[in-house]
Amino acid sequence: MHLRILTGERLVAVFLCGCVLFNYPLLSLFDRRVDVFGIPLIYVYIFAAWAGLIALMAWFIERSRD
Amino acid sequence: MSKKVLIADDEPNIVISLEFLLRREGFEVLVAVDGEEALNKARAERPQLVLLDVMMPKMNGFDVCQALRADPEMAGMRILMLTAKGRDTEVSKGLGLGADAYVTKPFSTKDLVAQVRQLLGV
Amino acid sequence: MLNGPAIFAASLLYLVLLFAVAWWGDKRADQGRSIIASPTIYALSMAVYCTTWTFYGSVGRAAVSGIGFLPIYLGPTLVMALGWFLLLKMIRIAKANRITSIADFISSRYGKSHLLGGLVTVIAVVGIVPYIALQLKAVSGSVSLLLHYPEIVMPGRSATLPVFADMSFYIALILAAFTIVFGTRHLDATERHEGMVAAIALESGVKLVSFLAVGLYVTYGLYDGFADIARRVAAADGLHRLATAIPTGQGYTGWFSLTLLAGLAILFLPRQFQIAVVENVGESHLKRAAWLFPLYLLLINLFVLPIALGGLLHFAGQGVDADTFVLTLPMAQRQEGLALLVFIGGLSAATGMVIVETIALSTMVCNDLVMPALLRLRGQALAGSSDLSRLLLGIRRGAIAVILLLGYLYFRLAGEAYALVAIGLISFAAVAQFAPAMIGGMYWRGGTRGGALAGLSAGFLVWCYTLLLPSFAKSGWLAADFLTQGPFAIALLRPQQLFGLTGLDEISHCLFWSFFANIGAYIAVSIMRPPTAAEASQATLFVDALKHARPVGAALWRGRAKISDLLALVGRFLGPQRAEAAFADYARSHGGVAVDVLEADAELVHFAESLLAGAIGSASARVMVASVATEEPLSLSEVMDILDEASQLRSYSRELERKSRELEAATRELKAANERLLELDRVKDDIMSSVTHELRTPLTSIRAFSEILRDDPKMHLADRERFLGLVVSEAERLTRLINQTLDLAKIESGNADWHATEVDLKALIEQSVAATSQLFRERGANVELDLPDQLPSILADHDRLIQVMLNLLSNAVKFLPPDAGLVRVSLRAGADGLEVAVADNGPGIRVQDQQLIFEKFRQVGDSMTAKPAGTGLGLPISRRIIEHFGGRLWVQSAVGEGATFCFFLPFAQTGGATEIAPAQGVHSQFVMEKT
Repeated sequence: MHLRILTGERLVAVFLCGCVLFNYPLLSLFDRRVDVFGIPLIYVYIFAAWAGLIALMAWFIERSRD
Repeated sequence: MSKKVLIADDEPNIVISLEFLLRREGFEVLVAVDGEEALNKARAERPQLVLLDVMMPKMNGFDVCQALRADPEMAGMRILMLTAKGRDTEVSKGLGLGADAYVTKPFSTKDLVAQVRQLLGV
Repeated sequence: MLNGPAIFAASLLYLVLLFAVAWWGDKRADQGRSIIASPTIYALSMAVYCTTWTFYGSVGRAAVSGIGFLPIYLGPTLVMALGWFLLLKMIRIAKANRITSIADFISSRYGKSHLLGGLVTVIAVVGIVPYIALQLKAVSGSVSLLLHYPEIVMPGRSATLPVFADMSFYIALILAAFTIVFGTRHLDATERHEGMVAAIALESGVKLVSFLAVGLYVTYGLYDGFADIARRVAAADGLHRLATAIPTGQGYTGWFSLTLLAGLAILFLPRQFQIAVVENVGESHLKRAAWLFPLYLLLINLFVLPIALGGLLHFAGQGVDADTFVLTLPMAQRQEGLALLVFIGGLSAATGMVIVETIALSTMVCNDLVMPALLRLRGQALAGSSDLSRLLLGIRRGAIAVILLLGYLYFRLAGEAYALVAIGLISFAAVAQFAPAMIGGMYWRGGTRGGALAGLSAGFLVWCYTLLLPSFAKSGWLAADFLTQGPFAIALLRPQQLFGLTGLDEISHCLFWSFFANIGAYIAVSIMRPPTAAEASQATLFVDALKHARPVGAALWRGRAKISDLLALVGRFLGPQRAEAAFADYARSHGGVAVDVLEADAELVHFAESLLAGAIGSASARVMVASVATEEPLSLSEVMDILDEASQLRSYSRELERKSRELEAATRELKAANERLLELDRVKDDIMSSVTHELRTPLTSIRAFSEILRDDPKMHLADRERFLGLVVSEAERLTRLINQTLDLAKIESGNADWHATEVDLKALIEQSVAATSQLFRERGANVELDLPDQLPSILADHDRLIQVMLNLLSNAVKFLPPDAGLVRVSLRAGADGLEVAVADNGPGIRVQDQQLIFEKFRQVGDSMTAKPAGTGLGLPISRRIIEHFGGRLWVQSAVGEGATFCFFLPFAQTGGATEIAPAQGVHSQFVMEKT
């Protein structure tokens, strides 16, 4: 029951990436009155980034199952 | 009729002494100076006894002994191995190959003659 | 349709379903066919994180602060990416040490301290009981709302109902019953509750489905998608900010604090620890849960903002509490079924949280508060009792009931007070205080019991002062002056602007100061003194949890115990049957012997202690084991030695591998050397055999002729003389042989005397030829000399070179054809030495025999002639002589073309002797210098 070292490193990278994506200053870039298909930009951004991170984690983890 | 004895040894002086001893005992003596000659003469002349030195050129005494024993036509032939190598392994090897007796050099002439007479049953 | 009996029936039906699932889960677990052994179930059960605070409260928060609720779910998402390291390590540690609660974890890490366990329990209870109250309040509120259907009446006054008319009281009772039934069915060393986990997973499913249902309904049924809601919001006053911006009251700092806080909560909330660590049935489940659980969080939050905004639009100016939007929106639209589903979803969120949290807290209360107290106060009485498992179960059940009643009481007392409404984050901040001791404990060996106590106490006090007391003040339970003026009107001590720190929201403010105090005290006190033996040993068990394939716990105990005592002790707490079964398992895995012949060694004592630890906590377990076992305390240095040993095992094993490789290489070399020796031995044996053979041969002739002469005095004179001549020549041969053998032995052993002089090789050759002229004449052969004048002399042993020449010449003579023999001896000067060649016109030597002739006793006779005369030592001796003077001796020949023996001697001796055999060369050269 060991993830390959690389998978562990990738997950750490996801964590660090998420820390950057979900904090100032990156967050402030999307904190403006712009809509994407009528939906507020910040909302779209956070959920997209969130989903992206989850997808990355899923991809890294599931791919490491041999 | 006198018994025929083949002496096979590559040492000329030993051959001389053996020849002298056996002739004196009244045997007919043949001489061979190497293994091949010994085998050929044994086949051709059918001596009752072969005195076979182990260390001979071309074919050693063991091989000659083995070849003689492998030939059923020479089943009755007695073989007496002579060797200067007195190690037990060699003695048992010789006997294992079918030699009737084994005498190490240097030998007592009396004993050798007695041994020869015994083997020939005279 | 939505009336009291229907709601009651639906609730009851749902709870019965939970009972059934839990019962089934337990039954299957007993059969060894776990229904929760799946990463999906594990991830779903982790979603117990989402309570009514999420289910109802997120929409409420969103209605006030827009997306400000999201960090509470982003934090756990990020931590789950790291969960791989953190959670895995916590699981390993907990499994290896039978840790069943976060209090036990911390207590065990810092030397199995009762005091620490108790402190953690107190913090947890203080922090969590209001949170339980919040769940009861939410259920009570939702019931109250539904009861007024079709009107929408805010449940503000429901708390004034008498207790026995309050449905949430009955819900609390039912939850207590459920928790007691499935949480304390039996005492188990692992403290796992599979049925309960199955029920929790089901509840997580229900709450997700119902929330998604209401979200979809509001977004796409009530409105025309999120874009439609956003468009309407843009038109409404003051609402647009909610949809588009980080809330001003919070700011990025608050956002960050919330993320951090939630990230810590997902690890250290007692219910999360219970589900993620204690109830984990397989480490591998962590892998899929690491992304499934965040996915769950994402899904349950997807429609929070649309519902909040939709509710604000829909109920604009009607005074409907945003916390109730999830329920009131379907109610307002007469969606009875949906409303009921939402109610059940909310019930799920509440019950799930309450059940798990209560189990976790009751374990802590029992193991870390009550048991230590009992042991201290009534230790003697306990020691006399033969089966304490009933007592233990009783304590747990009592604890569950008390905790739930406390929660209900708090809910009744607090009502709508701020202290209850804001409790979600306040709770998070309380359990966040565990983080330094927990994380430090898992990764830093230096943390001590004192440090943990100091850190936890300081953090807890600061939390109380900056967050809990202010919430009381805001609820009106304390004078408002406390907040605005500070205690005793000391402005610097204002709880939410502590020491004048402003510009932070209250959570960030509390987090900063409490962590400042907590981490500061933890580190400062820890580094004041080195860890004790107990702390150091536990530190290693925790810090190196992922390194040791097998726990080293057993290595850190030394003493004596009796198996019967241990069995009885464990039996008293777990029940005799469970204890016997556990010991039998242990015996099976240790050689399959019977329990009573097991050796009560350190490993068994450790096993018994960890069994007990599961039931009564590690600190109490240690005390109890100490009561039946004579432990010899290990000194710190001994512990360090053992730990060093453990931590060095890997480097040792690497070292061992290296050594074993070296050993293999050495063995190979030895084997080779041995083979060489055996070969040498065999060669020596052969030489001895050859020597004796060579000696026996002339002896044979001598003896035979002597005996013939002796036995036959009348022999002819001619024969007599011939035989005597033969005896003499054989005797000479024997003498020669002995001399040469000794000579060769002397040369080879380096004991030969060498007399190096200036040698005129030309003269030497002539002398040798003269000495052998008789031989040539007898053979009718000629010798041709080809010797140039004026050659430089050479440094060598004159007599030895004569010996070589005589040997070569007499060898040549032996093989010459009769009467046509010709031997040519030539001498040539080269740039660096002289070369002598002795060529004959004999039969030549076969190529394969050309090396053989230089070996001892190897005579290569021509097939047509008899055995050559000679000892078979001449050439080997000659070669060694030449080599001694740095030269070489070789033969060139082809069959039928004669043979040419050559030797080369260098002018300057370039250490030729040392080339052959260095050890001997020194001696030889010394002799040469002497002469």
